[in-house]
Amino acid sequence: MKYDVFNEEHEQFRVQLRRFLADRVTPHAAEWERNRQIPRQIWQEMGQLGFLGFCYDPAYGGVGADDLFRVVMSEEMARCSAGGFGVAVCAHNDMSTTYIDLLGTHEQKLRWLKPCTAGEKVCAIAVSEPGAGSDVAGIATRAERKGDHYVIEGQKTFITNGYYGDILVTAVKTDTKAVPPHKGISLIVVEKGMKGVTARKLEKIGGHASDTAEIFFDQVEVPVEHLLGAEGQAFYAIMKNFQLERLVATILAVSFAQHILELTMDHAKQRVAFGKPIAKFQAVRHKLAEMATAIELNRALSYQCAVQYAKGEDVTKEISMLKYASAEMVNRVAYDATQLFGGYGYMAEYEVARLYADLRAVTIAGGTTEIMKDIVGRLMGL
Amino acid sequence: MYFNETHEAFRASVKRFVDREINPNMEAWEAEGVPLHELFRKMGDLGFLGIRYDPRWGGQGLDYWFETVFIEELGHVWGWGLPVAIMVQTNMATPAIDMFGSDFLKERYLKPAIAGEKVAAIAVTEPGAGSDVAALSTRAVRDGDAYVINGSKTFITNGCQADFLTLLARTSNDPGHHSYGLFVVPTDLHGFSVSKKLDKVGLRSSDTAELFFDNVRVPAVNLIGNEREGFIYQMQQFQHERFTILPITYIACRDIIDMTVTYIKQRIVFGKPLSTKQVLRHRLVEWLAEIESLRHLTYHVVRMKTAGLDATREISMGKLLAAQLLNKVASGCLQMFGGMGFMNETLISRHFRDTRVMSIAGGADEVMKDIVARMEGF
Ligand SMILES: Cc1cc2nc3c(=O)[nH]c(=O)nc-3n(C[C@H](O)[C@H](O)[C@H](O)COP(=O)(O)OP(=O)(O)OC[C@H]3O[C@@H](n4cnc5c(N)ncnc54)[C@H](O)[C@@H]3O)c2cc1C
Ligand SMILES: Cc1cc2nc3c(=O)[nH]c(=O)nc-3n(C[C@H](O)[C@H](O)[C@H](O)COP(=O)(O)OP(=O)(O)OC[C@H]3O[C@@H](n4cnc5c(N)ncnc54)[C@H](O)[C@@H]3O)c2cc1C
Repeated sequence: MKYDVFNEEHEQFRVQLRRFLADRVTPHAAEWERNRQIPRQIWQEMGQLGFLGFCYDPAYGGVGADDLFRVVMSEEMARCSAGGFGVAVCAHNDMSTTYIDLLGTHEQKLRWLKPCTAGEKVCAIAVSEPGAGSDVAGIATRAERKGDHYVIEGQKTFITNGYYGDILVTAVKTDTKAVPPHKGISLIVVEKGMKGVTARKLEKIGGHASDTAEIFFDQVEVPVEHLLGAEGQAFYAIMKNFQLERLVATILAVSFAQHILELTMDHAKQRVAFGKPIAKFQAVRHKLAEMATAIELNRALSYQCAVQYAKGEDVTKEISMLKYASAEMVNRVAYDATQLFGGYGYMAEYEVARLYADLRAVTIAGGTTEIMKDIVGRLMGL
Repeated sequence: MYFNETHEAFRASVKRFVDREINPNMEAWEAEGVPLHELFRKMGDLGFLGIRYDPRWGGQGLDYWFETVFIEELGHVWGWGLPVAIMVQTNMATPAIDMFGSDFLKERYLKPAIAGEKVAAIAVTEPGAGSDVAALSTRAVRDGDAYVINGSKTFITNGCQADFLTLLARTSNDPGHHSYGLFVVPTDLHGFSVSKKLDKVGLRSSDTAELFFDNVRVPAVNLIGNEREGFIYQMQQFQHERFTILPITYIACRDIIDMTVTYIKQRIVFGKPLSTKQVLRHRLVEWLAEIESLRHLTYHVVRMKTAGLDATREISMGKLLAAQLLNKVASGCLQMFGGMGFMNETLISRHFRDTRVMSIAGGADEVMKDIVARMEGF
């Protein structure tokens, strides 16, 4: 179906990005997955070509593009046959640098946002902790003000770009006695080289090109100028930015699903069993039809949300619905795809097999399915 | 109610083996693969590899209930690769030799398989023929006192370590199901090679291989039964294979749920243990209900088999249900672990990766449905 969402510029951007990904990313994806690392050079190339931070002000290297460019970007990232890569880039682009843009001063933006837009620095958002994931207000990492410094003590986990990245936008408690507790949360930029910051890489089910880390803060002294916005205001910024993060997660999910559907259609048309292509069996055909239907439904609502979000409207309820619906949908699509690939669907050399594993994270990361339903329920007045 | 004291004593010995010899090694075996010869030797000594087989060949001569106890206990293993490797030896590659093989084949292959001296594999699937077994194109052509085998097989479990394969090949060009022979093919014959070791989503403690046969001369005495009836034998052998997923599933699912419940009881979110959340509680109960039904379908199948009845319909239904339940429980419990569930250091992540294969291998869900529909007469 043709949607009236993107203009000429969006489509040009898509063409350029698609070409870049096909030339510079797809051919190397397997190697990056094996090495569990994305080469720095790719970030730099993306920065030079304007694929990072394009929504930000020209003063910080952006072009002030609208949010629909993020949508185009996420769609293309999901189709480039490099599972973890898209997640790493979106974590940088849509989930972490966004806070510096939203809350940072001119100096802070020059210092951190600009190099991120240039692809010289890689950014991460560090909220989750071993003891607090869904329950953001329950974080325990402390930042205690001591003169012109904060002293940070605590631990974060599951941090995308947390191992090879440079800049950690870190959620901390600056006031442990605040009532309610979320009013004590602030965001502080921690640079990876700072004394007392160490990271441990986590091995995951999938998304191997993307590094995910546990990060320890041992009496880390951070100048007060690293505070983003005002003390105690971060929770609202986080909840606000979660809308963008979840919108992007949805776009990724729909696009991954579309990509998987295409791979599966090709397979089902070629693979012969019992004398005919398996696509000729009604049960197979219906399964493919169900996949396409689920994708289209999610796509339609996600575009609608994207358009309204880009206009600055509040679509929290619909984005929350979509975040979980699309995540569950893409998992279902990946499951059905591996089924239709038969034994090949279980072999790591097949993309659908790898995607099946990669995508298992999406009903968890960025807000779990259960948390999304709780939010929707609340917004329904229940 | 179903098991007597002797069964329970046997269960205790299998359990001891799993606790001491298997689970402590699973982490290493997932990384490096399992030395099957070493392990099977120990299992052979304990009588685990020939539970139902004739004592003449070293078997225990026990009934289906003992076999069920054995498989149930394998459900406690921390991962699926190894249990699958073991069940290939006991339930997938050897039942046809037991049922249809000559004394020569039993002496030469079944006996060492039971003793754990030889590792077995079952070679049916080919690059071009999986669900549609009859489409296989590996050929066995009689030439004097041998059959000459040419072709390739793929997705063969234990394929890299096997000493012999129970292999299905075409013996005639005639259409229909009476054109195949089932052979015991030693892997030290000239012309046999492992063309590729396959990398999988999971089952890392099990090796899976693509095999190549280039004019492999197999002695004619290695033919199982009649050279035209291999397909029919294999369909019967499949019943032993497919049965295995029933007991192992309800036990493993129960373990996975117990492990998850332990986790959510101590995981505090929004000030309360996760186990107090109604949606999670209800989800767990739905699975428990299905686990319980699968258990009783299984016991029904064991009774049918013990009574000498054909349980193909019930086994096919059970395979379908079990595989779907397993995927649901592994993925659903992973969800309850949150971000930790996606990390390799958490056991649930292995269950998730391992179990996906169960609704594909050994006859995919769709194939089970077609079988049942046919048996139902529609
Ligand atoms: C690949 C990956 C990348 C990630 N990247 C980042 C990152 O870059 N930065 C970052 O800060 N975090 C990141 N995360 C962490 C992610 O945001 C958290 O894992 C997620 O929010 C869930 O939190 P948790 O793991 O603590 O699970 P928990 O909060 O412990 O939840 C466990 C389970 O309980 C359920 N649950 C929780 N509350 C309720 C309730 N009230 N009712 C019913 N069920 C409930 C959850 O839905 C879940 O199924 C990442 C995670 C993954 C897997
Ligand atoms: C880890 C692993 C281990 C294995 N071990 C062994 C082994 O030891 N020995 C061995 O011989 N084989 C083994 N196999 C192979 C396994 O049995 C086959 O993969 C399985 O039978 C499916 O065959 P296929 O892969 O060719 O899929 P296909 O037959 O190509 O099927 C593809 C899809 O089409 C569907 N389909 C096919 N026909 C129909 C129809 N008529 N109507 C509707 N849908 C249909 C299937 O259900 C499936 O979803 C193993 C496989 C795996 C993944």
